[in-house]
This record gives sequence, C-alpha cells and structure tokens, in this order.
Amino acid sequence: MAIETTVNGKAVSIEAEPDTPLLWALREDLGLTGTKFGCGISACGACSVHVNGEITRSCSVPVSAVAGKSVTTIEGLKGEDGTLHKVQQAWIDAQVPQCGYCQSGQIMAAVALIQKTGTPSAAQVDEAMTNICRCGTYPRIRKAILAATGQAAVAVEGAA
Amino acid sequence: MGVKRRAFLIGGAAIVGGGLFAVYSADSSNRKRAVELTAKGKDGSFLSWVKISEDDTVTVYSPHIDFGQGSHTALAQMVAEELDADWTKVVVEHAPADPAFANSALGRGFMADMSGQPGVVAALPASFISMAARSMNLQITGGSSAVRFTGQSGMRVAGAAAREALVAEAAERLKVPVSELTTLDSRVIHEKTSASLRYGELAQAAAARSLNSDVKLKDRKDFRYIGQGVHRLDIPAKVDGSATYGIDFTLPDMRVATIMMAPVRGGKLTSVDTAPALAVKGVEKVIELEDAVLVIAKGYWQATKGMQALAPKFSDGGHGGLSTASIYAAQDKLNAAGEKLVAPEGGKLLTADYKAPFLHQAMMEPFAMTAHHKDGRLDMWGGLQDPLAARMMAAESAGVDAAKVMFHPMIMGGGFGRRFPPYSQIVDQLAKIAMQVPYPVKLIWSREQDVQHGAYRPQVAARLQAVTGKKRMAAWASDYAQNDDAAAEGTVPYAIPNFEARHHEYISNQVNAYWRSVNASQHGFFNESFVDELAVAEGEDPYTFRRNHLKAGSRQLLVLDTVATRAGWGKPLPEGRARGIAMVESFGSIVAEVVEASLKEDGTPKVHKAWAVVDCGTTVNPLNAAAQIEGGLIMGLSAAIGEQITLEKGAVVESNFNDYPILKLADSPEVDVHFIESGAKMGGIGEPGLPPAAPALANALFALTGKRVRQLPILAQAKV
Repeated sequence: MAIETTVNGKAVSIEAEPDTPLLWALREDLGLTGTKFGCGISACGACSVHVNGEITRSCSVPVSAVAGKSVTTIEGLKGEDGTLHKVQQAWIDAQVPQCGYCQSGQIMAAVALIQKTGTPSAAQVDEAMTNICRCGTYPRIRKAILAATGQAAVAVEGAA
Repeated sequence: MGVKRRAFLIGGAAIVGGGLFAVYSADSSNRKRAVELTAKGKDGSFLSWVKISEDDTVTVYSPHIDFGQGSHTALAQMVAEELDADWTKVVVEHAPADPAFANSALGRGFMADMSGQPGVVAALPASFISMAARSMNLQITGGSSAVRFTGQSGMRVAGAAAREALVAEAAERLKVPVSELTTLDSRVIHEKTSASLRYGELAQAAAARSLNSDVKLKDRKDFRYIGQGVHRLDIPAKVDGSATYGIDFTLPDMRVATIMMAPVRGGKLTSVDTAPALAVKGVEKVIELEDAVLVIAKGYWQATKGMQALAPKFSDGGHGGLSTASIYAAQDKLNAAGEKLVAPEGGKLLTADYKAPFLHQAMMEPFAMTAHHKDGRLDMWGGLQDPLAARMMAAESAGVDAAKVMFHPMIMGGGFGRRFPPYSQIVDQLAKIAMQVPYPVKLIWSREQDVQHGAYRPQVAARLQAVTGKKRMAAWASDYAQNDDAAAEGTVPYAIPNFEARHHEYISNQVNAYWRSVNASQHGFFNESFVDELAVAEGEDPYTFRRNHLKAGSRQLLVLDTVATRAGWGKPLPEGRARGIAMVESFGSIVAEVVEASLKEDGTPKVHKAWAVVDCGTTVNPLNAAAQIEGGLIMGLSAAIGEQITLEKGAVVESNFNDYPILKLADSPEVDVHFIESGAKMGGIGEPGLPPAAPALANALFALTGKRVRQLPILAQAKV
C-alpha cells in the first residue's frame, strides 16, 4: 500500500507493507542510505531521524506511523544551498567521526537536543546522547556539541 | 595473531625461494597490471601506489582498508611529505583487490619484526618481498601496521621516488641540472629563471622513467605534513550521510538476503520446512547451506519476516555440553598443572587466578555484502580487512576461477578485528548463494546473528605467581590457558630476574580471532592487575613500585612518569574517588594510563577522567592519533565494565546491544592524551591505547574498595 508522507521537505509516496520499519522504507524504497541499520531493537540509535522534529529510532517505527508527518534524515540537514548544518560543521571541526557509521544518528540526536534546549547543559547532553559509538568518539561528540551551541542561536534557527 | 603467522610463512618463502630473475620479470608485468587497473590517459603511475593525473591530482592507493582508524589520511600525508605535493589535491582510494597491489611493505615490516633480523630482511630485494606478499595475498589491515610498515617503508619511498623522477623529467625539459631544481606544492621550480613545471604536466613522462628504489628520505626537521594534525579526508562524507558503506551498496534488480546459522557453532542444519517463508509477501527463495538457512526477498524486512516464519532444526555438533563455566573449569585445571614457585626465606609468594571472557567486536555495521554472478564472472562488494584474500576465498567457495572474481573494497562501519576474511563467514555464504540466483544479491546479517556467530577474543584463564621481597619482584611465573600462544602480548616491561609465561592450549567450539589489540587486552589486564597486587603486598605505592622496576633513562620510565605527573598521581582526591595506573607495551608502542573512578549509588563503576601517555616513536597525524587512543581507552573500559560473550549448552547467550552493553557517552570519561615524540622506531596507534584501560580501572576500584577484580567484566562479577 502507498503511504503518503513528507521526507526532507518533499512529499513522497512510499509503496511498502505498513509494518515495514521506517528505516527500511527510507533505505530501500527511497534510497536514503545515510540512516543506518545497527541493531533493529532501538538500542543503538544508528537509525535516528526526526519525525515532526522529535528524535525517533526509525528501526522500531512502522512506516505507516509516519503517514502525513514530516520526516528529516541526515540527508535533509544541509541548507538548500548545500551549506552544512552548524552541527555537521562542528563535527568536522572537532574531527569526530572514526568509522563514521553511527555518526548520522549521533548528529540527528545532537540537532534534536539543540533544537529542544538551545544550549544544553552537560547533564542534558549525557541524558540525550544515548546512541552507541563503538569507536569511542564520545569525548569529541561532547566537544562538537559545545562548539555548535557556542555559535549563537543561528544553529538552532537554521536547523531543519 | 594471524598476520604474524602469515609473516612466518613468507619468512619461510624467503628462505626457500630463489630465481631472482623470475621475480624481477614477474614484478615488471605486475607493475604493468597495476597501471592498467588505475591509470588512464596522461596519468603517471609510480610504484603502483601513487598516481599523478594531468590536473595535478595525486591519488594514493592504499592497500589497507580504513575502518575508522584514519590510516588513509596518514598514508597520504606520508606520500605528500616526500613528494612535496599540494595537500589540497591529494585523494586516497582503496587499492584494487588485485595481486598487483599486494602489500610488499607490510610483508617487509612483519618479516623484520618476526624474524628478529631486520638487517637480513632489509637486504632482501624489494621485488622479492613483493612476490612473497602477492603469493600470500597480503592486503591485510591489522596489527596496527599501516603507518609503521606500509607508510614508513612503502608510501614514503613511493613519494620520494616519484619526486625524483619528476625532477629528472623537469631537468631534461628545462635543460638545467637537477641540482638547481626544488619542489613545492606539486611543482618543480627552477629559482634562477623562475621557471616551473606542474607535476601534472610531467607525470606521464616521469612515470615512464626508471625509478630509484634507494631514495633518500627527508629528515624529521624538514617535515611539512608528517606530524601535522591535518583534517581527515574521509570525514566530510561521514557527516552528511553520503559515505557509502558495504551495507549501502545497491544494484538494479538487487534482492536482499538474511541468514540464520546453527546456534551451536559446529552444528549443522538438519531440516527446514521452507513453505512458511515462501508464503510471506516479497520472499522469493529459501536456500539451505550445510549449517545455515537463508531467505532471499525483495527487501531486508521481507527477508526478515520470511526468516521469522521458519523453524529450522540444527544439530549441536556434539558441543551441547559446553558452557562458560565448563570452559573456565577446564582451563583452571590446565593452569593448576603448572610448576609452583617457591619463595626463598624472607620472600613472599603470591598466587592469583584471573579470568577474561570471550568478547565480541560489535562493529556498528553488521556484516553486509553484495554479490553478482553474471556471464561466468563473480563480483563482490563490501568491506573486509584483506580484500585480496577475500577475493581468493570467494573464488574457492563459488568454484570460479580467481581471475573471474572481483572484490570491490568499500568503507566499513568498524571492524576491530572482526573482518579478517578467514573468519568472515559471509564471504563463503554470499559466494555460494550468488551462484544460485540470476540477480545481484545483498546479504545482511541481523545484529543477533552478528553477536551470536562472532569471531571472538579468546576466553582465557590464568594463574599468576610471583615471589617478592624488599619491594622488588624476584620471580614471576604465569600459566594461562587459551587457544593460542600469546607470548608476544604476555610480557611486562619491568625488570624481573626470572620471568616465565607458560601457554596451555585449550580449544573450544568457538572461533578465536582478533579483538582490537589481540591478546594484549586479556594479558595486560592480568599482568598489570597482578603487579598492583604485588605492590600492595610489598606495602609500596603502585606507581613507585612500577618505576622501581624500570631502567633509568628508559622510554618506559618517561611514559610512566609523564602519565603520573599529568594525572596528579598522589594528590588528594574528593571523597569516594580513587586512581589506578597501568602500563602496557603492544604493537611497538608504550602506553601508560591513569583512570580516576568512583562507585555510583548502585555500586557500578563510574570513570570521571582518564589520562593516556603514548610513545609510538613519531605521530604522523597527532589529531587522529589522539582519537585512536581516546577510542581505544574507551573501548577498553567498555569491555572491562560490561562486555562478555557467554555460552550455555554450546550456544551464545547474548544477542544484541540490550544484553551486550557498550559504554555510552554519559559513562565515558574525558581523556587527556599526550604523545612523547621520542623518534624511536615507529609503533602502532590503533590498538595500543586499549590494553591498559581495564587494569587501570580495576586498580582504581581496588584503591577505592579494597576488593580486587580478578574476573571480567566487572558488572557481571558485581551481580554475583
């Protein structure tokens, strides 16, 4: 069946079984492979996207649940002119990624946190950033979030 | 580890081999093949590894895969350094999985290390080693080897030789002597006349010149790129979702498969009714292998639903009686047979039993590879630690001539030792199913299959004994039981008059493989915890005790002293906090770490801060090297605190991140990393940061609670 939704600002119609996890609809039906499969049980966060602005682990949400909603993936964070989102830029400046596989999810979680809190405290970062990184990039993730939020509210206003 | 084993093989080949003429001719056809594979039009290809295009782009072909350790950028820095290249025009690609790109520099490095006779190996002709590397399909990434071996003896030489050829070509064109020419930012410059030529316009002709394999490398003081924390070339694509990993690869008409393997390793598939899976919408085929069943469908979700509908039956291969406890019991028995130390009068004898569990690499990207068999040719796409060996294995599994198999290396979502082809069952599985279907097929392992069918760090039990007196270690004997001899990783850096480590072979039904830092993590934990016990028994501060067993003026002593100073060792701490210290030397690098920890309300450990001091000789990219040490330390803490693979009735109990807990951000400390640029022989950086973490934490917990951690993980023991 066809599910009508909005992905990265564009209206799309996804032809998939309603119980298909959003993750696989994004990856296999829409070809948006920046969102990663890590565990399938909502434990690692590699599949994190925004659904109506809320951080969501897409491996555990059926695609039918996003009908009529707005989904943002890592591919949708850049500005229309291709400028990186402040959080993405901060990730480069702090040289965060190693293998990089979890970083789409980490960045989506960080953007959601910053949208919600403006300037998150250390405790808020600890509480919100629960995605797994096997390479152990956590100290640099902390640093990048601080850097991104140190650059005034523009980062938040400009967010997807 | 395996690379060493294989290095012994080439060591053997080098002794037996002969016929240098044949080797040389093999080498020139080999170079021709490398050029065919990579160079087009006006490109100039140098020693297979460096290509300079007409537009000045310098392409470095790395025979190592990069699964996050940053060696691609470091290798490019080493080429650019000697080549005097314009850094903004340097790119890195995986070398094709072709024998023409077998890694001779790695062969040379491992041979020198393993033979104990670097001089002899250095004297062997390059072409000879290159042939040996090809004959064993050496394209390995492991052993923290990329920069110290491939970079030092391969990439720098290639860069320097290419530069020399470019200068020679420019001298001829400008009709000036070579001695009047200099190079900078991919140009050859004649200062007297202000004439200059771009590398791009010289490259094709320069590459046709005969290259000097005995080039002079730059002095340390002249380095422009080596030692700089340049930004990694791969990172931009990793922040916008555009980096394409093996799991992301796709082809038109591709189907997706998933797999269920015999729960008990060594078991076989005995029966399966395929009908329920075939009834699931989107499922197209069920394939039975000897020890597994696969479902092929339009997409991963349909394949998964098809798999869930099946109830395959498997045998246990006779391993149904095996459990974690039974393995430890058997290992304890082996260790107990070791000779007992006897304390002389006035000396103390200490004995302690230590245990470390099977561990899973838990790379974030589960195994996923694609294959397509068409017109007699088999293509495979994915990420493995040795693409060339993967190609040869696929050929064997598929029954196709290796010349008709192509393996296309892709970037990987982590590896940590899991992606060595001999232990990567997916190569064999995928090659077999690809031969049975007319369309391209991508095989994705579920996380559950990934956790339960791993190639684990070996489970080890050890009995350590030592005799001490007058605040000194007089004798040390350890017995340890595991699959493999860990002699190379079981040493301690301290001066002990009598030191012995005895290996007792124990083989379970599990595949023992390489977990980041190989055996240095278990043995580092045993040894550095036990040293702490000995210090306590002698009434000495653990840092002072260690330093009293190190030679004055040694690199080890400087590393230990520096970490103690940086961590403020001995200075008062807030109530409820304590420090632990440990030092482990592995992969040619010396690393000491201090961990400051407390206990949370629930009694579980909390690490507040960690310090690491590293002497790896020279850092090529300090920014990335620091990332490797931070990550290694955190992975070491993660394993020490919560990770274990346990067996019941021969099968793995854990199945996903819910019961195989990886440390998260909130529990990860800030890490202060400091490098001592000693200029000594270059050591590795991907692995050595890990081993000291567990003992440093365990020693901090002892300082805090008076309870010694002798079995990992800490959380599982706390629950008992």
